Amino acid sequence: MAKLKVALYWAASCGGCEIAQLAIGDKLLKLAEAADIVFWPVAIDAKYKDVEAMPDKSIDACLFNGAIRNSEQEHMAKMLREKSKIMIAYGSCAYEGCIPGLANLFNRQMIFERVYIETQSTDNKNNILPQTSCQVPEGELTLPEFYDTVKTLRQTVDVDYVIPGCPPEEKTTWLALEALIEGKLPPKGTVISHNAKAVCDDCPLKRDVKKIKKIYRNFNIIPEPEICLLEQGLLCQGIATRGGCGAPCPQANMPCTGCYGPVEGVIDQGAHFLSALASVIDSNDPEEIQRIIDDIPDPVGSFYRYSLPDSLLRGAIIR
Amino acid sequence: MSFEPKIIAFLCNWCSYRGADLAGTSRMKCAPNVRPIRVMCSGRVEPLLILKAFEAGADGVLILGCHPGDCHYLEGNYKTLRRVDLLKKMLSQLGIEDERLRLEWVSASEGERFVSITDKMTEQVRKLGPFPRRNGGNNG
Repeated sequence: MAKLKVALYWAASCGGCEIAQLAIGDKLLKLAEAADIVFWPVAIDAKYKDVEAMPDKSIDACLFNGAIRNSEQEHMAKMLREKSKIMIAYGSCAYEGCIPGLANLFNRQMIFERVYIETQSTDNKNNILPQTSCQVPEGELTLPEFYDTVKTLRQTVDVDYVIPGCPPEEKTTWLALEALIEGKLPPKGTVISHNAKAVCDDCPLKRDVKKIKKIYRNFNIIPEPEICLLEQGLLCQGIATRGGCGAPCPQANMPCTGCYGPVEGVIDQGAHFLSALASVIDSNDPEEIQRIIDDIPDPVGSFYRYSLPDSLLRGAIIR
Repeated sequence: MSFEPKIIAFLCNWCSYRGADLAGTSRMKCAPNVRPIRVMCSGRVEPLLILKAFEAGADGVLILGCHPGDCHYLEGNYKTLRRVDLLKKMLSQLGIEDERLRLEWVSASEGERFVSITDKMTEQVRKLGPFPRRNGGNNG
């Protein structure tokens, strides 16, 4: 059988997805047996022009990580879509926007002013901001255009599969790669993980009655071991998050922050968790309810930590 | 032409929907901007439905339920109260005006109250204008 051709690319991401791909360890050798990696900027010296020269659909699968926040990323997403038979959104940024997507609480102007002018460590007396083109004695210099709004890969090109996680667990990555190598991929559109139910389904912590009188931030308490973190007042999002990760965070006393995205069939993870959380607040008194809610300083950042661009409202309204 | 807001109203089957019915059968005048959706309980109105209404073009969302203590299912309206409080806090972070989402209690006998709430909300949302869309800049 001819070897598969696989491409890997990164857009607005942190590099963690590349670490996650390498974390499959000796399975990389199995991948190398079955597939040639034709493009992988982090590890292989192939240029954009090499990809451009490839015939359409000549790549069997592209694992694309990172959100789309500038014109270069959009261009590469569209080009790799053209060249690839299967487009896989790898990791939370490509899937839902993830941490870079929280920039949708602002717009380009606000981000530029903060990053290039206001930050304490910035020395930029002439208030110079990035330009898409700039004339210098040697000629014209260009930069990709920085967009107002971060988009997911699915909002940019047609996506065949999703591998969730920030970053995806090794076993999730291998579940998808093994299916690819063996030619046993699930139906188009599948979010590939070991469990389509919630993280709670993977989580061994003991669950009893969910009624909370006070919400704590992680640094406020040392949680009791072996008891559901949400029941202890921590914003554990396992109930609204797709499982398959094996619930490593709650087992290390860290509440789930929701990186595997919504459970099957849910379109807005943040609203889903908000609904569940409000239901377990143990008060019917408006003032007390308000006091309990006041302990959540940043609802958007907490509930949409990984999914703001993929949410129904996609971001904040800037006036 | 002046802006006419679209307001989606989720009405509890046991009280508010009958309150709206009473307003109708009593031939009270009422702003025609409200599109009622009957639900079995205001507790059925999860935040997802509210966001979906906004996303689908509603300029305001009104939820009407039984007065506290009167819920047909005992606690449904309290759950709604908590959800709407938390959702309002989140919407303010997203730059959505507070007046666009409103939760009120209307019983089956309060036809007049139904009219005054819907009229007032219509007026408030009309002043605010259409539900704002995020300006996506050059990439939509």
